[in-house]
Amino acid sequence: MFHRESGIFKTTYAADMALYPLPIAKATVAVIAAAVVLLPFVLGALMPALSANYYLSIINLIFIAIVGALGLNILVGYTGQISIGHAAFMSVGAYTAANLAVRWDLPFWITLPAGGLMAALIGAVVGIPSLRIKGLYLAIATLAGQLIIEWTINHVPAISGGAQASIEVPKPHLFGYEFKTQGQLYFFLLFFVALAIVATLNLVRSRIGRAFVAIRDQDIAAEIIGINIYRYKLLAFAISSFYAGVTGVLYTYYLGIANYEQFQIVVSIDYLAMIIIGGLGSVLGSVLGAIFVTLLPIAITWIVESLGTLVFEMQQIQHVVSNVRVITFGLLIIVFLVLEPEGLNRLWRNIRNYFRVWPFSY
Amino acid sequence: MSAAESLADRAAASPILTVQGVSKKFGGVTAVQDVSLEVPRGAIVSVIGPNGAGKTSLLNMVSGFYRPDTGVIALEGDAITTLRPSQIAARGIARTFQNIALFSGLTVLDNLMLGRHVHMRAGVLSSALYWGPARKEEIAHRERCEEIIEFLKLQDLRKQQTGALSYGLRKRVELGRALALEPKVLLLDEPMGGMNQDEKEDMARHVLDVNIERGVTVVLIEHDMGVVMDISDRVFVLDRGRRIGGGTPEEVQRTPAVIQAYLGTSKGGGQT
Repeated sequence: MFHRESGIFKTTYAADMALYPLPIAKATVAVIAAAVVLLPFVLGALMPALSANYYLSIINLIFIAIVGALGLNILVGYTGQISIGHAAFMSVGAYTAANLAVRWDLPFWITLPAGGLMAALIGAVVGIPSLRIKGLYLAIATLAGQLIIEWTINHVPAISGGAQASIEVPKPHLFGYEFKTQGQLYFFLLFFVALAIVATLNLVRSRIGRAFVAIRDQDIAAEIIGINIYRYKLLAFAISSFYAGVTGVLYTYYLGIANYEQFQIVVSIDYLAMIIIGGLGSVLGSVLGAIFVTLLPIAITWIVESLGTLVFEMQQIQHVVSNVRVITFGLLIIVFLVLEPEGLNRLWRNIRNYFRVWPFSY
Repeated sequence: MSAAESLADRAAASPILTVQGVSKKFGGVTAVQDVSLEVPRGAIVSVIGPNGAGKTSLLNMVSGFYRPDTGVIALEGDAITTLRPSQIAARGIARTFQNIALFSGLTVLDNLMLGRHVHMRAGVLSSALYWGPARKEEIAHRERCEEIIEFLKLQDLRKQQTGALSYGLRKRVELGRALALEPKVLLLDEPMGGMNQDEKEDMARHVLDVNIERGVTVVLIEHDMGVVMDISDRVFVLDRGRRIGGGTPEEVQRTPAVIQAYLGTSKGGGQT
């Protein structure tokens, strides 16, 4: 967190290339990890079970969002390709897993990677236009992908499981242990979030991640130093969609039901908002953005419900909440794009750099 | 003459890069017309000519950005005319651009590491794990990049984003990235364009070092006649898409067509 480099010398390349080269940074990460693991117990001790469960359910939603935001950031932030179809890839993962879990009674440790792989496959197909077009045109192409997938899932009973287009799935279990309560799901999800964060951190600092950034910064130069940009663009779509697929599976197990309404285009926009507000091309930004965007509607609901009764009828409140939410969202995206395009991650870096040399200003 | 000697002679004589009867048209404009040239192994070869002579178009065909309408380009006897730029890079041809094309959001070190891309093997899974082979590979290639950093004296800029560097330094980093590829042939498109005299001298020294110490064949496009005539083993002259001369610097300076088309025109061409 807040620390200084002075007096720490690295003597090997391995030490210089470590994720957290400084001892104090390692300690910080360890403390944060411990806090995250202990959190449910602390909440359980501090408050009645009902409110502890409520807070845990929100944190669980944040966990799920983090996985999805990381995936989208790999594609948009690191590779510089735009996608408005992220939610559709989640639905591919969700329905793949739900069908496997219900029809063949497969456990989550098979359905989860299966959902991810299926989404990766579909994502690579939707990504094919990226080989020819960029920017706005690619956005429209992926939007088409989103709508086609949404329509297909909704209208093909073999996938969607009938008229309601929803499939109920059993709670995940491992060696006879079932993840039922919010507290149990917390640890179930935490495992995959930790995995996703570490995998992303490693991916973006190694050969593949560098190639992605090269394509974002200068695609001609990327090709000239031997990066097959066609292959790597599709790979970026596949990896990003794999994350999305896993997100969809996790969400399905969390809700206990796969439902296409959870993966509509608005959700794609939400995830874009997460990485823009959090910070494009940043792992920490993905995490911060996921937290921020997940908490925002809850905060808005809370504020409008407590203050809005002064102005509005009680029956109208829900309506007002959803509108205020949309307005705030749009406003925030504009504010961040104009004032801090690098998002929360940049704000955090500014604060940290300030304290790095504090109390001196240079 | 013994058999061994004649073999050695032939190896020295066989050019590393050949361009044979290459033409390229853009719509009605002929950029390059029936150009042939041979680049001897281990040489520094310059391609000169007035603006619009087709020098960069020729380079773009060698590195695979344009596909020639006719003709063949071969590296060590294998035709590379139809390969993609990334495949040509993997065969051992690296280049720099007239307008620097660095990855501005990445550090100097990462730019050089990207130059190592074709020599690295790590896939998605091993990269995500960053354990064992992938980590070893990263460290091994980091060492190779550090050699280049030392070679080009970029030590203190290692962790700087290239977007923030000065023009001359960015040119040097771009040369480093091309070197990281460990190319057999290095194509340099105006490496000294826009530089002052000191920077030009530095760059010329780097090019010579690359050629002598690392044994890399260099193909150079450059407008500074002083530098070209000083460091080149061979000079080819293009004018309006055609080759109008070629040979050692002395021969080229004596060719009447060259003097008329380039050195003797109103543009002057410099110090010869």
